[in-house]
Amino acid sequence: MMHAFEYAAPKSLDEALKLLGSAWGDTEILAGGTDLLSLMKDFVVQPKRLVNLADVGLAGIAPEGDSLVIGAMTTLDALLAHASVPTALTQAAAGVHSPQLRSMGTIGGDLLQRPRCWYFRRGHGLLAQKDGASMVEAGDHRDHAVFGNGGAAKYVNPSSFAPALIALGASVKVRGQNGERSLAVKDLYRTPASATEREFTIASNEIVTHVVVPISRSSNATYEIRQRHGLDWPEASASVAVTVVDDKVTAASACLGHVAPVPWTVDVSSLVGSVLTAESAAAVAAEVVADATPLTMNGHKVELAKVALTRALLRAAGKEVVR
Amino acid sequence: MSDPNGLSRRHFLKGVGAGAIVAGSIEALSAEARAAAQAANPCVGPGAVPIKLSINGSVRELAVEPRTTLLDALRNHLDLTGSKKVCDRATCGACTVLIDGKAAYSCTTLAIAAQGRTIETVESLANGAELAPIQKAFVEHDAQQCGFCTPGFVVASEALLRTNASPDRAAVLEGLGGNLCRCGTYVGLKKACMSAGAPAKGGRR
Repeated sequence: MMHAFEYAAPKSLDEALKLLGSAWGDTEILAGGTDLLSLMKDFVVQPKRLVNLADVGLAGIAPEGDSLVIGAMTTLDALLAHASVPTALTQAAAGVHSPQLRSMGTIGGDLLQRPRCWYFRRGHGLLAQKDGASMVEAGDHRDHAVFGNGGAAKYVNPSSFAPALIALGASVKVRGQNGERSLAVKDLYRTPASATEREFTIASNEIVTHVVVPISRSSNATYEIRQRHGLDWPEASASVAVTVVDDKVTAASACLGHVAPVPWTVDVSSLVGSVLTAESAAAVAAEVVADATPLTMNGHKVELAKVALTRALLRAAGKEVVR
Repeated sequence: MSDPNGLSRRHFLKGVGAGAIVAGSIEALSAEARAAAQAANPCVGPGAVPIKLSINGSVRELAVEPRTTLLDALRNHLDLTGSKKVCDRATCGACTVLIDGKAAYSCTTLAIAAQGRTIETVESLANGAELAPIQKAFVEHDAQQCGFCTPGFVVASEALLRTNASPDRAAVLEGLGGNLCRCGTYVGLKKACMSAGAPAKGGRR
């Protein structure tokens, strides 16, 4: 049973903003609830007030100029059903192998879900420090970060959509008391320096309202690798966007998921100017993971990240070998 | 628990101090009173709040704290104990119900947030003693062992069959991907789900 809280289901964004507290933890925003309610049952978060965004009108997908604007409360099912949603996003949505989660979960909730790190989920805090040392390093860390793990944060960003959105150059619209601002999806995340901070750059009284995806003619794809076929978060994933003109790559961007405390943007520009082949994809992936800093138990994730990136590139180029 | 609705009704009648008036006007008053109260402070709770849920074709009134999940409301307030509580963390699927026709985890849906949605539980599938086709298929193909996950699988199967009348093996794996069976009766589950959608093929039904 969760701790008791008061509840509001405001009818407008303005009303919702007024209900949010200026300190993390006092109030929480309810989207699909698939992560938040479990965190509350485990007393990892214990809000005094819950603000449900179901009735503020943030569900829906519509083209707007050169972009596709996706409301933060749009469900995974709705993303999968919409013809204009880029492949990299629909492939990420399809990776959530639970119809229940796809009918309930939202794109905004996915972007702002909390890490799956078992130390965090057991109440040891985001940085899992004990007597000034990392419980992650001392304990079981097979699923933890292999990039960006030099500081206290060792958990991995759990978002399915962030890598794809970053590869596609997407941004989010954020509403606060002082109006609206736009933020590149990449800049939504940070690695917290202390346990009192959250892993997001937005404030507790700001709301991610929309995801804005530029409509491009790039070929894009997501490739996720899971331990099991069923419902689970990936061990590693890669999302890529590649522009090919006359068989040659003219632009390429990529982001890895589930390997670092933030979605891990990587440089694949060495592909530009040549034909994308199995060899060139593998070569750039090997180059990318050469920077990895695995802990003692998670070296396999480096290999999985390499394979995910190679296969995402080949999938985007239509050269995937289906086994 | 045998008359759970009595709780909210008694509270309500006490609240408006109009025990003798008919149900219709009680509802009208209640809506007005609630609207007025909400204009001042849109928050409700943390104590029990009167809510209305559309469940299996009828509107049920009850009083729950905002923290009460739909699953707890079904089981503890409405005596609909077909939906099971196992993981209580949006993973195992034993609590699966249909919300607006789609499979959803009732353990991870707040009852108060389910107002205005159409909820169907496993209890709605059979017509009296006559089992629904998917339930018959579960019996036919021995799709359960201990049976505790079964209601969730039945509802998830029903959700799948409503969108895909004759699912192939891959569609069944995907459609039942949000449910777990610790006894490992997946072979029977797959057969049941596939045969319920295509009764003409197998010949056994």
